[in-house]
Amino acid sequence: MLALRHIKPGDYLTLLSGISFTVWISFTVWSGGIADTALIRSGGKVFKEVPLSRDQQIEVPGPLGSSIITIEKRKARISSDPSPRQYCVRQGWIQQAGEIAICLPNEVSVELTGGAKKYDSLNY
Amino acid sequence: MTASTIKLATSAEDHHIARMAAVALGLTVLENAIPTPLPGVKPGLANIVTLIVLARYGWRAAAWVSLLRVVAGSLLFGNFLAPGFFLSLSGAVCSLAVLALSMHLPQRFFGAVTHSILAAFAHIAGQMAVVYLWLIPHSGIAYLIPIFATAALVFGTVNGLIAARFMDNGDKPEPEPQP
Repeated sequence: MLALRHIKPGDYLTLLSGISFTVWISFTVWSGGIADTALIRSGGKVFKEVPLSRDQQIEVPGPLGSSIITIEKRKARISSDPSPRQYCVRQGWIQQAGEIAICLPNEVSVELTGGAKKYDSLNY
Repeated sequence: MTASTIKLATSAEDHHIARMAAVALGLTVLENAIPTPLPGVKPGLANIVTLIVLARYGWRAAAWVSLLRVVAGSLLFGNFLAPGFFLSLSGAVCSLAVLALSMHLPQRFFGAVTHSILAAFAHIAGQMAVVYLWLIPHSGIAYLIPIFATAALVFGTVNGLIAARFMDNGDKPEPEPQP
């Protein structure tokens, strides 16, 4: 390749360190802590706090009807919800600490917590 | 009517710097036409000019070209002293600081590609610092760091290769077509 002629030996070193730095920082930043608890809220109040270690299905009542939360293999998802757009259901499995699935019209949410919580609150 | 003209004493170096800054400015305008997936992810084509000026005329000229490009570019796009301007400025200043150090690396082993990659990383580091300290003081922006780092790596390498290609035209007289 023609372009390779312009790379000096030390440049490969820089390129390699750049790649390893990028990979390292991606892993550090993007892998949230291991989650061990699912915090289920309904209408803004904590409905139940369940450990992820046990597979189970939980029915959570909301103003539109009840949402069903499934916990399986240390992951959680909202498997059924009466909300019209089904965003939280389509979000699928969540498994890292800090991840959250929110069903807005039905006011039900599942948040995974564990280890050190990264931030106190998020505002939109 | 007496025509009043203001005449500034300019040296040949000033003309070089002005010419190079104009080329850098042209590249900035060009790349602004390219749509980007995320604000802040840009190829930074103007840095090719900075790298060439650094190798040929030294750090002082490179700093002039880079800072002139930032200021004049912001005037062109109408964001002088707006947040975008300070982001460009902090990126450029950090890049120049790193280039001041990296230009002392042994030239036998380290070329434009090294300088370009290091400057690109310094650029995003400076920008992220301003974003975090001033614009969005929230740790959530850390999630974007890997994206910016990947962009810095890719565009830094590509720009460095283009700069090296331009400076190494002894055996290849025709310049590479513009990307």
